[in-house]
Amino acid sequence: MGYTIAEKILMAHCAQDSIKPGEFIEASVDVALANDITAPLAISEFKKSGFLKVFNKNKIVLVPDHFAPAKDLKSANQCKVLANFAKEQGIKNYFEIGAMGIEHALLPEKGIVLPGDLIIGADSHTCTYGALGAYATGMGSTDLARAYIDGKCWLKVPATHKYVYKGKLNKWVGGKDLILYTIGQIGVDGALYKTMEFSGPVIEKLGMDDRFSMSNMAIEAGARSGLIQPDAITKEFVAGFKRKSKFYYSDSDAVYEKTYEWDVTKLEPQVACPHLPSNVKPVSELKNIKVDQVVIGSCTNGRISDLRIAAKLLRGKKVAKGVKLIVFPATQKIYLEAVQEGLAEIFVKAGGVFSTPTCGPCLGGHMGILTDGEVAIATTNRNFLGRMGSPKSFVYLSNPAVAAASAITGKITHPGAL
Amino acid sequence: MVIKGKVHKFSDDINTDDIIAAKYLVSTDTQELGSHCMETISPDFTKKVSPGDIIVAGNNFGCGSSREHAPLAIKGCGISAVIAKSFAAIFFRNAINIGLPFLESIDVDKINDGDLIEIDLSTGIIKNITQDKNYKTQAFPDFLQQIVTSGGLINWVKTCIKSQ
Repeated sequence: MGYTIAEKILMAHCAQDSIKPGEFIEASVDVALANDITAPLAISEFKKSGFLKVFNKNKIVLVPDHFAPAKDLKSANQCKVLANFAKEQGIKNYFEIGAMGIEHALLPEKGIVLPGDLIIGADSHTCTYGALGAYATGMGSTDLARAYIDGKCWLKVPATHKYVYKGKLNKWVGGKDLILYTIGQIGVDGALYKTMEFSGPVIEKLGMDDRFSMSNMAIEAGARSGLIQPDAITKEFVAGFKRKSKFYYSDSDAVYEKTYEWDVTKLEPQVACPHLPSNVKPVSELKNIKVDQVVIGSCTNGRISDLRIAAKLLRGKKVAKGVKLIVFPATQKIYLEAVQEGLAEIFVKAGGVFSTPTCGPCLGGHMGILTDGEVAIATTNRNFLGRMGSPKSFVYLSNPAVAAASAITGKITHPGAL
Repeated sequence: MVIKGKVHKFSDDINTDDIIAAKYLVSTDTQELGSHCMETISPDFTKKVSPGDIIVAGNNFGCGSSREHAPLAIKGCGISAVIAKSFAAIFFRNAINIGLPFLESIDVDKINDGDLIEIDLSTGIIKNITQDKNYKTQAFPDFLQQIVTSGGLINWVKTCIKSQ
């Protein structure tokens, strides 16, 4: 009986020569990540435990990104906790705002997370790195505190669901649409406590940015992780990094609890309507939905190819009267690329704002909060009630092309209709 | 351990933004977090809770973010335990790790808002005092029981390290 890629990575990290879904294991982690919301709790738990030194200062990553640049005094205090802990423990993977980015775009960009790694993060979207062929999963602060002590975590081995995408993608359709479609089909608990494995000819042709968007939202279907087997595209992405990757592949006789197969040739851009990521409709079914705000960015869709798509549509155009367009690149590197390529100019000339990297607007933190009755279309990952501000506001989720097209017309729009 | 309290009913897919909105994550204080518990979906919730009360919810309770502030807020507002048809995976492990008692039960629909219930965590039996009925749930696997009885993950790890 064979194993899936996820099971093989877990097996390698708990030094067992067999593994089965449902089994509890104690695994060694390669990277333990936390941010300005979750690290302060982890650090305080670690300090209370009586241990003085972290297990390995090179495996700990601290990224102030949620309320950074600090939005108020309390968040400044939280960010300071990370800076102090990094200094005290000699943690070099601490990223001050000038070097920072949204954690799930930053870590792959820096080569901190690699194929074959076991990565835990006190942030639910840690599953993003599954796109590299790594086992990456979100946990809580106490789990991180424990990893600080001995470099380990407890895991219940999840069963794997396989998703096979066949056919050819339409123009304006990408990774975000595939994952929204998938969540629409299976529901927000359709992969509860499972590993998702994305595969098939459509995935094989997807670039890394689209793959990251897909794995990023595995959590929105309840999954522990969302993996894509490494291939030439993955290998090219990690080629320049110092630390070596380990490439794992699912066996041909690996056991899947469920397999879904979809021909996505006719798929059009997908939009998740309020207030759940599973409330998904094809964009053409949404008629006359006026938007007050358009948000392009986040750990889901704030990468350079996302910004290029948005800029292609916005070039020489103006956002509709009364629409607030906020573009926030995911990292400082992407920010600079967007400036150098002239994308920033396109956004500003179109009447949008071009913001520093931050998680801010996505979670209703800062830099674009919605008030009562406002409607937003966002390239982010969650549209829960009140997610971006007022409990009386409405969030639609889409890919960057739909978001940019909607900014121009002032209502939710198929980019092909411009 | 036996817990007794009045039931507060919630639906499916109660997410961590519902439990504690992101704007309050600038604090790690359990009492402060507790004072805003469920504010978005039930603004009067904390006023209705008496210490020891129990949340009873549908599927996928605690979906969304990894914020441990969510189970802390539930504890902080005086709730003593959560019963749901199913729990989101990160919430599940956070509850174990911080020692918030919880049970998975298929009989959630039979329990009404305001019922007085009693849970015996060692047997997994839920006693509905108002309706004079008992519901059986599955006890935690041994591994998780160990963490819970140690008083949470950090204490459990300390015990493990000591015994090595």
